[in-house]
Amino acid sequence: MEVPILKQGQFLIATIQAALSDADLVQLRTALVRQVVRFRSLGVIVDVTAMDVVDSFASRTLLEISRMIRLRGADTVIVGIQPEVAFAMVQLGLTLEDIPTALDLEEGLAYLQQKFTTTD
Amino acid sequence: MTQEAQIPISSDKDVVLARQQGRLLALQLDFSISDATLIAMAISELSRNIVSYAGTGTVILKGIQGSGRIGLMIVAADAGPGIADIALAMRDGFSSSGGLGLGLPGVRRLMDEFDISSEPGRGTTVTGKKWRL
Repeated sequence: MEVPILKQGQFLIATIQAALSDADLVQLRTALVRQVVRFRSLGVIVDVTAMDVVDSFASRTLLEISRMIRLRGADTVIVGIQPEVAFAMVQLGLTLEDIPTALDLEEGLAYLQQKFTTTD
Repeated sequence: MTQEAQIPISSDKDVVLARQQGRLLALQLDFSISDATLIAMAISELSRNIVSYAGTGTVILKGIQGSGRIGLMIVAADAGPGIADIALAMRDGFSSSGGLGLGLPGVRRLMDEFDISSEPGRGTTVTGKKWRL
């Protein structure tokens, strides 16, 4: 299950469309980092609305994605964590540490746009 | 309506399959979406442990009854290397595979009842039960 990555100006949007296996998550990480380099993107949005669970492996991979992209000087925003998924993550003791999160794609884009217009 | 499922686990794809079946069974048993997600999360962690530490194993999901309540039982079993020090493995922050170290104590928090038995060289069996509110 490959995750489509859409280029939207200076940003990339990865929309997860179904439950992902560990291998799918690792593939997403590789593809995103590659695309950020290729397009010199300033920001990345990962939309996890369709994820059935965000378990320890998924959390760790999302953190890695954010850190790798940070090293390229770009920002990552995670959007669409469902309420029950958030509840389960907290129960399991998982956090996304300092990765910015937003309610949905629209708010994620607004976050990045605001960030990159004020620093221009 | 299937009240019991036995899922062989040997790859990351089986992890997804097992947790999806678990969620389905939980919803069939009338668990809330929130509890069904907790159950799916626990299954995901336990079945991944099987793949990471033992290579292969089995996850059994079963609708259960006890003192007038309905529940779901998860049994994750493998014949892998086993856990030498269960007390240590149950401590938050401990991991022997470079993970976040939240596996087993986290799963215990997700479940209402939790039991682990392991024998070095013989394998590990983790049993978790969640009761419907």
